[in-house]
Amino acid sequence: MSAVLTNPTPPAQQESPGLWTLAWRRLKQDAVGMIALAVVVLFIAMMLASFTGLIARDWAKESGVSYANPAFLAGQENLEAKAVAAGAGVSKAPPVDLSDVDPLAPRYKEWEERAAKIAVTEVKRAETLPFGGDKWGRDVLLKVIKGSEVSIFVGLVAALFATMIGTFLGAMAGYWGGKVNDFLEWFYNIFTSIPYILLILAFAAVFKKGLDTIIVILALTGWTGIYRLVRAEYIKHSAREYVKAAQAIGASHLSRMFIHILPNASHVILVQLSQHVVQFIKAEVILSFLGLGVPVDMVSWGTMLAEAQNELVIGKWWQLFAAGASMAVLVTAFSLLTDSLRDALDPKLK
Amino acid sequence: MTAYVVRRLWQMIPTLAGVILLIFFLFNWVGGDPAQVLAGKISNPEQIANIRKQLGVDQPYWYQLWVFVQQVFTFDFGRSWSTNEEVSRILLTRVGPTLTIMVPVLIIETTLAVTFAIMVAYVRGTLTDRAIMIVCTTAMSISFLVYIIVFQWLFGFILGWFPVQGWSESFWKNLSTYAPLPILLAVAVGLAPQLRLYRSFFLEEINQDYVRTARAKGLPEKKVMMKHVLRNALIPILTNIGIYLPSVFVGSFLLEVFFSIPGLGREIITAVNRSDFPVIKAVTVYLAMLTMIINLLVDVMYKFVDPRVSFK
Repeated sequence: MSAVLTNPTPPAQQESPGLWTLAWRRLKQDAVGMIALAVVVLFIAMMLASFTGLIARDWAKESGVSYANPAFLAGQENLEAKAVAAGAGVSKAPPVDLSDVDPLAPRYKEWEERAAKIAVTEVKRAETLPFGGDKWGRDVLLKVIKGSEVSIFVGLVAALFATMIGTFLGAMAGYWGGKVNDFLEWFYNIFTSIPYILLILAFAAVFKKGLDTIIVILALTGWTGIYRLVRAEYIKHSAREYVKAAQAIGASHLSRMFIHILPNASHVILVQLSQHVVQFIKAEVILSFLGLGVPVDMVSWGTMLAEAQNELVIGKWWQLFAAGASMAVLVTAFSLLTDSLRDALDPKLK
Repeated sequence: MTAYVVRRLWQMIPTLAGVILLIFFLFNWVGGDPAQVLAGKISNPEQIANIRKQLGVDQPYWYQLWVFVQQVFTFDFGRSWSTNEEVSRILLTRVGPTLTIMVPVLIIETTLAVTFAIMVAYVRGTLTDRAIMIVCTTAMSISFLVYIIVFQWLFGFILGWFPVQGWSESFWKNLSTYAPLPILLAVAVGLAPQLRLYRSFFLEEINQDYVRTARAKGLPEKKVMMKHVLRNALIPILTNIGIYLPSVFVGSFLLEVFFSIPGLGREIITAVNRSDFPVIKAVTVYLAMLTMIINLLVDVMYKFVDPRVSFK
């Protein structure tokens, strides 16, 4: 009895944590998820730093000899660089004397003098680079960083657009049902009846080549899966009490669709977004390799792999390894992060 | 059942019309004036007008659409813009090499994936299971390109077990000499994601009550897995194969490009690079049709796998 009396005040009301707070808490307990998140953040930071010119600004500088060895292979012989140097040596040999027959012979001396006036600075090229060099002696490490810019940017932006299209259409079909749903389902059936890769290539055939095109293509062809899932969520939610309640207090259709229902479907959308980034990074690499992606003057992981094919035959494996490995690390991290996100956002699934 | 099939065929018509419209929109509208593409550096207006007339693009859009519809149903897409070869001939001659690669891939990959998946699902949660899943996840993260480059270099160039690339006239020589390396590659790459997927299908079934009942009545483990679990997991597996099947006809265009296989995939890439619209249009329309028919066949096959399924 006295025990009750000593505690007259009720405990202070605790605010119940929201979906995102709870999800973040669960994610923090997931070691694999946190490591994956750290890796992904690191890659995005690297991309941004490269984009703003903080790092890898002079990636195009030919700072090493052709196919410069990586620093850890410093002792190995570099036959290709020697061949290039030898080739340069040959051209410096005095040409055959043709002055008897050459009508331009009297002017040779004048030209030589003029040529001597032009200062030629011989750049000292490094024998080794931190992770080796490519055919033109560019640093592979810097190239990978620069290449990440295109690959990650395309993946992120295209996934964002595809998610936006899919979410909007899915919301329309699921919320309105009826004729709108029929029409959008018809639209969905058209897009899914063409094999995905063929659809991408058909779009690639009619658009001009370039970075923006590749984003548009991936976004216009990649929305179908998201549409289907978001539509299912909207069908499920629009019949629920809270939406009816919103209607009763006079919330408009738009407000019900995007203020009331959307947050409740957002976990599905977020997981899809993350999944599509991975898918699109892989797609960009393949499209760029085929020459349907980024223009020639840009570097991406796909164009690096295209160069690497011929390099491997002469034993220069570092460019292939650098581009392949950095992509594999990012993709693995993103996939693991997606799994962790799904677990964190939907604990019932586990 | 006949009524069901007829109704499904009937429902295909609007989708097919949509596909035709989409492709028409892409190639006759977005694609710009094909005469400009074809004429290239020649900018003689007379010549361009001539080409436009030849291709029929000087006609109004509704007429062009009508021509396109006729082309689809008469299987006559005219000639390729770049090689002047008949489009129907291109399709027929290129599909053989593609199937030579892709049919073995489909059979081997599915058999291996289902076998391994049921084994891994049986020992779920153990170290073996976890190790295999980690290997699969890592394997999936490496680009297909890297696999092709490294395998081609290793088996073709360094070890010399297979020719690096090539193709011949004889089917048997192709199958025995040129096809094994691309097939090996496609299986190696496709196995990991399928294994993971099928494992999840089996896990879904293994935890069901009927499995416990089967064990409780004293059935041997082998029978429980092969007769009960496998049969029930076949439905999602079949769906997955159905999704995968249409792309068998497109082939793996990357493999065909790398190994110089004169298949449909490589033809499509070439056509895209040369803006050879008739070829791409034909391939896209027919593959869309094929996809719809395969989807129908898969739905009909559910009935044979699972007698509970009824056609509504």
